[in-house]
Amino acid sequence: MHDMSTHAVPHGAPTSFIRKHVFSIDHKVIGKQYYALALLAALIGMVLSWIMRLHLGYGSLAIPGLHLLSKNGAPGDVMTPEYYLQLMTMHGTIMVFFVLTTAPFAAFGNFFLPIQTGAEDMPFPHFNMMSFWVTFTAFLVLVASFFTGTGPTLGGWTQYAPLSAIGDVGGPGEGLGVVLWAASIAIFCIGQLLGSLNFITTTLDMRCKGMSLMRLPLTAWAWFITSIMGLTAFAVLMPACLLLILDHVAGTSFFRPSNAVINDQVLPGSGGSTLLWQHLFWFFGHPEVYIAIVPGLGIVSHVLITNMRRPMLSHRVLIYSMGALALLSYMVYGHHMFVSGMNPVSSLAFSFPTLVITIPSTIVVLIWLGSLYGSRLRINSASLFALGFISMFISGGVSGFFLAQPSIDIMLHATYFVVGHFHLVMGVAAMFGIFAGTYFWFPKMTGRMMNETLGKVHFWMSFVGAYCIFMPFHYLGIAGNVRRYQAFTDDYLIPLIPVHKFITIAALFTGFAQLIFVYNLIHSRFWGKVAPNDNPWEGTSLEWSTATPPPHNNFGDKMPVVYHDPYQYSVEGASTDYVMQTSTEQLKNTDEEK
Amino acid sequence: MAKIFAVTIILIAIASAIPIVMHMWPMPQDISTHGYLIDEQYTDTMWEAGLSFLASQFLLAFFIWKFSSPKPGDKIKSFPGGAKGLVIAAFLLVGTECLALGVFGVKAWASVYFTAPSANAMPIQVQAGQFAFYFRYPGPDGTFGPLHPDKISEANANFFGLDTTNDPDSKDDIVTAEMAIPVNREIHLLMHSKDVGHSFYVPELRVQQDFVPGLDVTLHFTATKIGKYEIVCTQLCGLGHYNMKAYLEVMSQEDYDAWIKQQAALQ
Repeated sequence: MHDMSTHAVPHGAPTSFIRKHVFSIDHKVIGKQYYALALLAALIGMVLSWIMRLHLGYGSLAIPGLHLLSKNGAPGDVMTPEYYLQLMTMHGTIMVFFVLTTAPFAAFGNFFLPIQTGAEDMPFPHFNMMSFWVTFTAFLVLVASFFTGTGPTLGGWTQYAPLSAIGDVGGPGEGLGVVLWAASIAIFCIGQLLGSLNFITTTLDMRCKGMSLMRLPLTAWAWFITSIMGLTAFAVLMPACLLLILDHVAGTSFFRPSNAVINDQVLPGSGGSTLLWQHLFWFFGHPEVYIAIVPGLGIVSHVLITNMRRPMLSHRVLIYSMGALALLSYMVYGHHMFVSGMNPVSSLAFSFPTLVITIPSTIVVLIWLGSLYGSRLRINSASLFALGFISMFISGGVSGFFLAQPSIDIMLHATYFVVGHFHLVMGVAAMFGIFAGTYFWFPKMTGRMMNETLGKVHFWMSFVGAYCIFMPFHYLGIAGNVRRYQAFTDDYLIPLIPVHKFITIAALFTGFAQLIFVYNLIHSRFWGKVAPNDNPWEGTSLEWSTATPPPHNNFGDKMPVVYHDPYQYSVEGASTDYVMQTSTEQLKNTDEEK
Repeated sequence: MAKIFAVTIILIAIASAIPIVMHMWPMPQDISTHGYLIDEQYTDTMWEAGLSFLASQFLLAFFIWKFSSPKPGDKIKSFPGGAKGLVIAAFLLVGTECLALGVFGVKAWASVYFTAPSANAMPIQVQAGQFAFYFRYPGPDGTFGPLHPDKISEANANFFGLDTTNDPDSKDDIVTAEMAIPVNREIHLLMHSKDVGHSFYVPELRVQQDFVPGLDVTLHFTATKIGKYEIVCTQLCGLGHYNMKAYLEVMSQEDYDAWIKQQAALQ
C-alpha cells in the first residue's frame, strides 16, 4: 500500500504561553478555542432567548438589570418593541453562525479531523490560527453593536433588504447596527473559508499510510463534505454582505429600490433589487442549514457505532447520503421564498428538490434505525444524546414535508411552525450532536472524564424540555401565529398567549439544564476523574490509538499506519469485540474497504 | 434507563400527536373559494408526515428497548434486507410520497397563482408602509390614477401620493384604512410597498403574499363568508411590525354598496 500522505510544514511544540494557548497553530488548541467561543456564544444566545421568552409570555414584565444592557432598549427594565427585535436578531445570528457553525464543524473538526486522518497537523497551520482569530474578531464586531449607536440591528438574522439597506430611517440599529452585522458576517466568512480550505486539504492530502478515503470515519467524511459546502456557501454570503455595507457607506443601490418613501421623504437610491438579497442570502442560507447539521450526522453515527458495537449497515450509503444532502442543499434554497414575489413557477421548481431531499434524510434515519436493530447498545450520556438527536431529527424533519410545498406554505410561512421546524431540525438536533460529541470526546480532549450522572440529568431535562418548547411552536403556527412579533395584539392571537406562557416556562427549565452541563464541563475539566486509559469507550478510529490528550504532533514519534476499516466491531474471530484501525491483526472477513 | 427512555419517546410522540388529532389549535376557518385545495393538501400531508413521525419514533423506541441490555454472548444481528432493502424502501415510500404531494400540490398552488383573475374581478389596490395598510378603490370611472411617491404626505392624509388636481383618474379614487369587499365576488388585489418589505396575510382567506418594494405584485381571491377578519403583516418591517394590521370586512353586496358610497363621501 503506498503512502498517500503529504506532510504539514513541520513545527515544533511551542514553548511560550502565548504561542501555546493564545496564538497557537496547533489544530487541537484551535479546536478548543472554537469550542470555548461556541460555548460563550451559546450562553449569550440562550440568555437572549430567555429574555425574549419572558417578554413573549409575560408581556411588560420587568427583568431586573435589563436596563444595564441598554438604557433606551429597556427603560425601567421593561423591553421596548424594537429592543425585542434587536435581541431576536442577535439570538439568531449568534446561534446560527457562532454556535451551530462553529461548534460541530470548526471545534470538533479542527481537533479530530487531522487525528482521524492520521495527520500531524493541518497543512496550513497559520491559516488555521488565522481562521479562529478572524472568527473571534467577527464575534467581537457583532457584540460591539450592542453598545454602539442605536444598538444592534433589528432586521432578523436574514436581514432582508431594503429594511437592512436604508439606514437609521428604517428603525433603531438599521444604520451602524447593520453595518456592524454585515461586517461581522463578512469577517466570519473569511474565517470559515480559511478553515474549509484546511479541512479539504487535510482530508485529501494528509491521510496517513493505509488511510484510503473510504477508510475515513463518518465524522471525517461529514467534516469534509461540510467544508466543501462552507467553501461555496460562505463565498456567496461574503460579497452579499460587502454589497450591503456599500449601500450604507458608499451610496450604492444594490438593494435599495426606487421611490421608497419614509416619513414623507423619497429615499435616495434607485433600481436596487430587494429579491437579489434574498437569492444571495438563501443561496448561502440553505446550505448553511446543512453546514450546521451534517457534522451532527457524522458525530451521531460515530458515537452510536462505538456504543452499538457494530458498524452501520452501510458505511458508503451514509457517505453518499450526506453528499446528496450537500448537493441538493443548493437546489432547494428557493423554498424560503415561495411567497416572496418571485415567479410562482420557480416556487414549483424549488419545491420538487425540497421534497426529494427528504429521501437522503430518510435513508440516513433508516440506516441508523436498521443498525440499531440487533446491536449491543450501551447507554451513556453520549449515546443518549446521539439517540435523542435521531428523535429530534425525525420530529424536525417531518414538518419539512409541509414547508416544502408552496401551497401549504401560504398558510405556514412566517409562522411559528417554521420556527418550530428549524429549531428542532437544525437547532436542537445540532446541539444534541454537539453534546454527544462533547461527552464522547471529552476524555480525549482533556484527559478527564465528565460526570455521567450530571450528564444524564442534563440529557433528560434537555430532551423533555426541548420537546415542550418546540412541539407547541408547530401548533401555534398551524393556528396562524406569526413569528417575529414582540406581542400578540391581533384578536385571533390573544387566545394563544397561554401556550406562549407554557413555552416560556419550558425554556427556562431547559435553559437551567444547560447550566448543569456548563458546570459539569468546567468542573470535569479541572477536577474530573482521570480517564482510565487512552480508549475509554473501546473505539477503533485513530483518535483512540494515540495518547490522552494527544501530543503536539498527534502521534508522538511514530506516525500511524492503517490496516482496517474505521468501524471493525464485533468481528467474528477477532480477539476483542473491536479491532482498531492501526491493529495488525488479520481479520477473516474479506470485504474491507481498500 | 434505556427502557425509561424508550417509553419517554413513545409518550412524547403520542402527546405531540394529541393536539393535532383533537384539533386543539386548529387552522382558522376557511372563507375562500380556493382554500379547500390547500386544506386538503395540508390534511394529506398531515396524514403522511404524522404517520412517518409516529412510525419512526415508535421504531426508535422499540429498538432502544430491545437492544440496550444484551446478554453476554448475544451476537450482532443484521437487519433483514440490510442497507439495500432500506434504501429501496426509502426511495419507494418517500419517493412516492414526495411525488404524490408534489404533483397534487401543484393544483392548490396553481389555483392561486397560475390562473388569471376573471374579467369582472374587482380591482383593489393595497399599499403597505411602516406600519399600516391603506386601500384604494378606483371609484366610478374604474381606473386608478397614477402614483407620485414625492406627493405622499401622511400629514395631509395623502397616503398613496395622488395628485387629484392634475390627474383626472385620481379624482374619484377612494382611499380607506380598512378593506371591505362584497362576498362571493372575485377580488383582484394590486399590491405595492411604500418603503420596505411587508406581507399580506389573512389566514381565513388562505392567502399570504409579500410586498416587494420596487415590484408590483398581484393576487386574486374570492371570499365566501360574511364577517370581519384581520389582515396582518408577516414580513419583518421594523419596530411596529407586530402591530401592523388592518381589518377585512366581507359584506353582502348591498352593505358593500352602502359602505363604498359612504367612503366616497368622506374623501
